[in-house]
Amino acid sequence: MKEQSSLFDKIFYAGIYVLLVFLIIVTLYPLLYVLFASFSDAGQLMVHKGILWRPLGISFDAYRSVLANSGILTGYRNTLFIVVAGLAVNLVMTALGAYVLSRKNVLWNNTFMLLILFTMFFNGGLIPMYLVVKGVGLLDSLWSTILPFSISTFNLIIMRTAFMGIPDSLEESAKIDGANHFTILFRIIIPLSMPVIAVMILYYAVDKWNGWFYASVFIRSRELYPLQLVLREILIANSTDSMSAGASAGDRQQIGETIKYATIMVATVPILCVYPFVQRFFVKGVMVGSVKG
Amino acid sequence: MAKTQTGAGQRALAPARTTNRFLRDFRINKYLYLMMIPVIAYYFIFHYAPMYGALIAFKEYSPMKGILGSDWVGLKHFHDFFNSYYFWRILKNTLVISFYSLIFEFPAPIILALLINEIRSKSFKRVAQTITYMPYFISLVVICGIITDFTNADGVINGLFTFFGYDGQAMLQKPELFRPIYILSEIWQRIGWESIIYIAALMSIDVEQYEAARMDGASRIKQMFYITLPGILPTISIMLILRMGNLLNVGFEKIILLYNPITYETADVISSFVYRKGLLEFGWSYSSAVGLFNSVINLFLLITANYVSRKVNKNSLW
Repeated sequence: MKEQSSLFDKIFYAGIYVLLVFLIIVTLYPLLYVLFASFSDAGQLMVHKGILWRPLGISFDAYRSVLANSGILTGYRNTLFIVVAGLAVNLVMTALGAYVLSRKNVLWNNTFMLLILFTMFFNGGLIPMYLVVKGVGLLDSLWSTILPFSISTFNLIIMRTAFMGIPDSLEESAKIDGANHFTILFRIIIPLSMPVIAVMILYYAVDKWNGWFYASVFIRSRELYPLQLVLREILIANSTDSMSAGASAGDRQQIGETIKYATIMVATVPILCVYPFVQRFFVKGVMVGSVKG
Repeated sequence: MAKTQTGAGQRALAPARTTNRFLRDFRINKYLYLMMIPVIAYYFIFHYAPMYGALIAFKEYSPMKGILGSDWVGLKHFHDFFNSYYFWRILKNTLVISFYSLIFEFPAPIILALLINEIRSKSFKRVAQTITYMPYFISLVVICGIITDFTNADGVINGLFTFFGYDGQAMLQKPELFRPIYILSEIWQRIGWESIIYIAALMSIDVEQYEAARMDGASRIKQMFYITLPGILPTISIMLILRMGNLLNVGFEKIILLYNPITYETADVISSFVYRKGLLEFGWSYSSAVGLFNSVINLFLLITANYVSRKVNKNSLW
């Protein structure tokens, strides 16, 4: 009886490993393909069909064109601004909100909380949002991708839960020493919540780096386009012409293919470089904010 | 603190008491109130003002007259929408795509979490997790660029299929392939990330339960079904409720990046329709009416799902 179940367990195990290895390959391969293609020789890549196991020839032409492209560079600059300024706004606003809502003996807090939770499940819609952004004069400004998204209510709840977990006694003793709420928040609560802050930075930064939709709705001027909007033109609308200027029509089509892949690499590598470092915070962060079970 | 002040005998003075309580609270917590100002302002301007702005769904909005000044038209836009050719098409597409993602995409991270949980080797576990959540960090624009490229007439996927005698055609130009491409790529991108929450839930299951089960001779599979799965059931049901509340908000950003007029018949959903009508064709009031319809149904679904869940397994958001 015991033997039998252990044999069964072995097959079960093998199955699990096979499935996971399959999943890993499927996840990784498209990314490897892009990597290989970006270094490939444009001519060889054009005629190649199907799976790619290694770069076809080695060529840096595509990267040279991408990095010389002014659209990509201003895109990078705009995105950096959005990430840095946005992160500052997000963190300050979320911390303030989370602190206020984590205090126990404040009047109106339950009402306040309900009004905030309600916004998670009901919103006015895209057009009214557009009209509001227009109304406050943020249209066609980089701030339109920052201020309307100052707080993600979901993140606010995660942070509030973390703040509530800090023992009251610390706050009491600070109060006795004459600390006001600002001192308590910035000197006691925040230093004690660094893991959660790290998770917030990650969530918000990824969001800002990858965001394109609202930028496409609110921003008109090309010189204000964040990286993702520039990418959209190159990848989805398929217009690499501006970057391969000077090449003949045939060459242009060829190099256009590799430029697409090089662009993907240039836009994705920074975020993939950061993430192994913050990865260890994920599970912790999710657990802090996790829905009770 | 304020509560201890209110004696039972002083009920008659309630209104005066309330003002008093408020003033007292305000004095003690004045910096706290200061902190609330930007937060309240944010929610008021960017969440509640658009809700008020949604009134234009009942008006013939003209930018010259503003929201208040525009003329009321009652339910005209809703009426037009319900009677239009698009109504059934986008409602059907929205429901079908949501339904597919509910039955295919929702369980995927749970299965992944269960698989990863069975792995004993710490390093393999780590590798599996690191790689499966990597795609989450890649932007949608890039993902859609890759999808477009791979499904091209001479893309990788067609290259694979030619082995089996499939003639290469751009897959995104085929309405019947839009949904499978959408769902599969969605699983590809989100499976690892969404499994984190279940893995976190798994870690809180009591180890003694497994020990006891092993004593009783339960196999790994039995342990999985009788201990692990019930252990994360509360998390699963909460995630399901949240999902229900967003059922109609299918990832329209991705749809907007991937669809084209040829695939509208299977790909166009309510939110992409709102986007097109409102922002590309300037039918602001009409589009707001459609958006409002979407929000109201979502809210209704959320409340229903929460109610059912509370009745069935005593687990709910509120």
